[in-house]
Amino acid sequence: MEASQKQVGQPLSRLEGQLKVTGTAKYSGDYQVPGLLYGYVINSTITKGKITRLDTGRAKAVPGIVEVFTYENRPSLAWFDLQYADMDAPPGSPFRPLQDEEILYNGQPIGLVVAESFELARYGATLVEVECEEEAFETDLRKEASKARSPKIGMATMLKPLPPRPKGKFEKAYQESPAQVSAEYYHGTEHHNPLELFATTTIYEGDGKLTIYDKTQGTINSQLYVSNIFGLKYKDVRVISPYVGGAFGSALRPQYQLFLSVMAALELKQSVLVTLDRQQMFTFGHRPPTIQQTRFSADMDGKVTAMNHLAIGETSRFEDYTEVVVNWSHMLYPAANTLMQYKLVELDVYSPLDMRSPGGSTGMHAIESTMDELAYKTKIDPLQLRLINYSEDDVSLNRPYSSKELRQCYLQGAERFGWDKRSPEPRSMRRGNKLVGYGMATGIWEANQLPAKADAILTTDGKLRVNSAVTDIGTGTLTVMTQIAADELGMKIEDVEFLYGDSKKPFAPIQGGSFTVSTVGSAVKVAGAALKKKLFSIAKKMKDSVFSKADLKEVVFEDSRIFLRSDRSKSVSFLEIIEANGGKPIKVSKFSVPSLLKQKKYSRATHSAAFVEVEVDEQLGIVNVTRAITAVAAGKIINPKTARSQILGGMIWGISKALREETIQDFNLGKYMNQNLAEYHIPVHADIHELDVIFVEENDEIVNALGVKGVGEIGLVAMPPAIANAIYHATGKRINQLPIHFDSLL
Amino acid sequence: MNNFDYLKAGDIQDAIGKSGSCTDSSYIGGGTNLLDLMKYDLAHPTTLIDINHAGTQDAVTETENGGLRLSAFATNADTAWHPLIEEKYPLLSKAILAGASAQIRNMATNGGNLLQRTRCYYFYDANVPCNKREPGSGCSAILGYNRIMAILGTSEHCIAVFPSDMCIALAALEATVNVEGPNGPRSIVFADFHRLPGDTPELDNNLLPGEIITSIDLPPQGFSDNYSYLKLRDRNSYAFALVSVATGLELDGDIIRNARIALGGVAHKPWRVPEAEEFLVGKAASEENFAQAADIILRGATGYQYNDFKIELAKRAIIRNGMMALHPETQLPGALPSA
Repeated sequence: MEASQKQVGQPLSRLEGQLKVTGTAKYSGDYQVPGLLYGYVINSTITKGKITRLDTGRAKAVPGIVEVFTYENRPSLAWFDLQYADMDAPPGSPFRPLQDEEILYNGQPIGLVVAESFELARYGATLVEVECEEEAFETDLRKEASKARSPKIGMATMLKPLPPRPKGKFEKAYQESPAQVSAEYYHGTEHHNPLELFATTTIYEGDGKLTIYDKTQGTINSQLYVSNIFGLKYKDVRVISPYVGGAFGSALRPQYQLFLSVMAALELKQSVLVTLDRQQMFTFGHRPPTIQQTRFSADMDGKVTAMNHLAIGETSRFEDYTEVVVNWSHMLYPAANTLMQYKLVELDVYSPLDMRSPGGSTGMHAIESTMDELAYKTKIDPLQLRLINYSEDDVSLNRPYSSKELRQCYLQGAERFGWDKRSPEPRSMRRGNKLVGYGMATGIWEANQLPAKADAILTTDGKLRVNSAVTDIGTGTLTVMTQIAADELGMKIEDVEFLYGDSKKPFAPIQGGSFTVSTVGSAVKVAGAALKKKLFSIAKKMKDSVFSKADLKEVVFEDSRIFLRSDRSKSVSFLEIIEANGGKPIKVSKFSVPSLLKQKKYSRATHSAAFVEVEVDEQLGIVNVTRAITAVAAGKIINPKTARSQILGGMIWGISKALREETIQDFNLGKYMNQNLAEYHIPVHADIHELDVIFVEENDEIVNALGVKGVGEIGLVAMPPAIANAIYHATGKRINQLPIHFDSLL
Repeated sequence: MNNFDYLKAGDIQDAIGKSGSCTDSSYIGGGTNLLDLMKYDLAHPTTLIDINHAGTQDAVTETENGGLRLSAFATNADTAWHPLIEEKYPLLSKAILAGASAQIRNMATNGGNLLQRTRCYYFYDANVPCNKREPGSGCSAILGYNRIMAILGTSEHCIAVFPSDMCIALAALEATVNVEGPNGPRSIVFADFHRLPGDTPELDNNLLPGEIITSIDLPPQGFSDNYSYLKLRDRNSYAFALVSVATGLELDGDIIRNARIALGGVAHKPWRVPEAEEFLVGKAASEENFAQAADIILRGATGYQYNDFKIELAKRAIIRNGMMALHPETQLPGALPSA
């Protein structure tokens, strides 16, 4: 590699950190412009039926209330489903806000009050009279499980493959195996609940042009959505989203506040801000409730012989949202007989939506809990059982991994945790009045790469500017991209500027799936490489050039200069190259496309192993995760600090999923009952104790040019089963429904 | 949320006068519950009368009988951290600090703490039946998801729980609530302040229209040698109690001379059964005896499916907290179970 590696690998603090903690960073609801109007959404209070009467008269009579939009007076809009589809749309008919009188789910937006202040708009919403005719509904997955059917296939299926075909003869192999384990699991609904509320400010620029500040994980996704629905030219719609206060998947799809803000701005020819409140954050996508059944068998040496995994997930009546829940076990464990099944049940809810480690965190809880049960059944240490069934290849697709250092995750994690101090019997370890349990689990997540484009510009003052439409959802994207660009050109961090979060910039897909660094990072790298080539070719043509006989391989880019490798006294500065270019900036634009030919021979995945210690109060059941270590193999780590934060955040989410978080559903009323952060429990500081992260060295030359795999999801995946397994070890009780309520341990 | 007027009361009589001269008014102290109720469109006062400066904000004054008087207008935080409270009524201090968050305790007043409304999910959703919010509309919680609901003193009309921590300690300490109203001042013993739902679940307490809590008196006995507050909940902080217990003991060696046990998270008011406390007098402070006291306290407890566990949990909590009271120095912040 010709570029120095000074920045990549450094634990650089977030470049925008100070702006965020000082309140200087502006989020999508923070753009105050003269004449800005405020919208407040009216949501349906019934679960299913029809609006029979709407009276907006009282609201409109209030001075300062500008308009009330409902299905009755909305503008005529795009006709075809395809025009409402976004990059993350599942097969089906996307929800259309204010489409007609039909109520499809509880909390559906049915109107927008626009006023001169937020308070006035919210007050106006209470004055709108709505009468409905209610129809029978069903929101209980378990009650409707017998209606499960196969999901429809569509574009989304490309990134979410269906279960692999059955192998061998599951039933026979299972019945003939000496060790059998079967279990049922239930996960309830969860909502993303990023701290930042969803907000869109649509600035009405005139001439049909809009500048939209939107909370989104994809500026171009929002741009296409708005353009298609409202019949605007792409170039006239600019979506900007530099700071996102958490999203976790909730902003992968354009949400209804975007639609309503744009609609109102176009109709009123004024700028409009629509902010959702916390209750309304429960009125769009969520992690779907899922029922799972597993049946695993092994011989008494611990070799897994057969695996059956069935998952039944919830979806809406209008789209087939799917997750990859049941594909993971066979990617890890080489059983000869497998039967993987995935089904959906339609209910009267909004479509579910990817939420951090979608599917993976659901499926791996069942898989790794079942493996734990198998360990007890075969009297083999749980870690040993994983090692016995370790596979270098992905046997589900009969191909090798591009890299897989999971074994090192197991070994290094176990070593640091002190796994060898675990006594095998449940209820055999104590600390005062607490039962102590050790649990472990494996994590796996896909390492994908998508196409993306980037511009790289050497500015007239010799600085580097790199452009991409990508967002930074709080993960450190800005910082990491700056590091990649700086190294590619051999520049200092402070001489590099990464400009992002703007649909006018070069294409980037939605930010999710742990594929952003591999996708956009690769684009930044190739754009940087192209810029180097261009700089060198200019330097070569300079008068009396020291590089006249050299080619690119013979030079080094360092300290904003090009050096002749064989004689470092010979060099040209970037500023001299700009001068040679007539004082003009030098720009390249480059598309990065995954090398499918190379990649398709391999499975590409991130791996982890989580080790957890719990203390359970023997008398009262109260559980604390007192220690947890996650060892991660995620290829090259660009920034150990931001990467560690990602893993820590995932681990805390894992504690949340295992012990805290649940959207409470009332099936009689068809609605969510704890729509606020006092009752929707996520961990507080007092819930979090010792957490540690190990990054295992992993070299991968196939996954992408950077050798990175992404760390957004993997930190979560292994934690819920590791905690559930530790609780079993502590108490002898196996609780297969998440979150585990402490009273179930009484 | 509706539009409203805001008036600031200079003193108690001014506040009562202002309240009498407008309809649909509401007093506001810290506003930590009322503003939520207004934003949720559950409370619709047309006038807010700010009483934060109607009385003293000095948390504590000593009374002639050797007890303390808490100002209703002082904040929960100032009260909990007051040296006299920490020294003489540590049970109250621990209970207050187990509630809400530091930010809320900095705003919330003592008077307001007594008047906070239930956290029943169904009460907070203006669009579902709830007898407390809309008498006669029905109770959604009885057949709904009732994990957090009451097991004692319920009625067919309401199974909501009173959410305070502070009040559980005040009940155990046998505090007295002093109020002032259009008909003059009066005092209410703590056990009579809050109500059971019966067939009027819309009434949380026995305060009359226009009345203001001015202070809360604590009797001299503060159980500062042997006390414990235990709060069991779904996370270690910032969650309401599923079950909480305030225990105060007067011991003579191993023998209990005087006992107080109040339960939170189980009823429409702090739950105390004097018979159980009398049972303990003259007996050893042992798990067995606390278990028998628990059985008396929990007599008649009924679960509603999702909260069935509270009966067993409450029993265990009473036993545990009795034993914790023997070693108050081992108490953990947040009223967590002792190590």
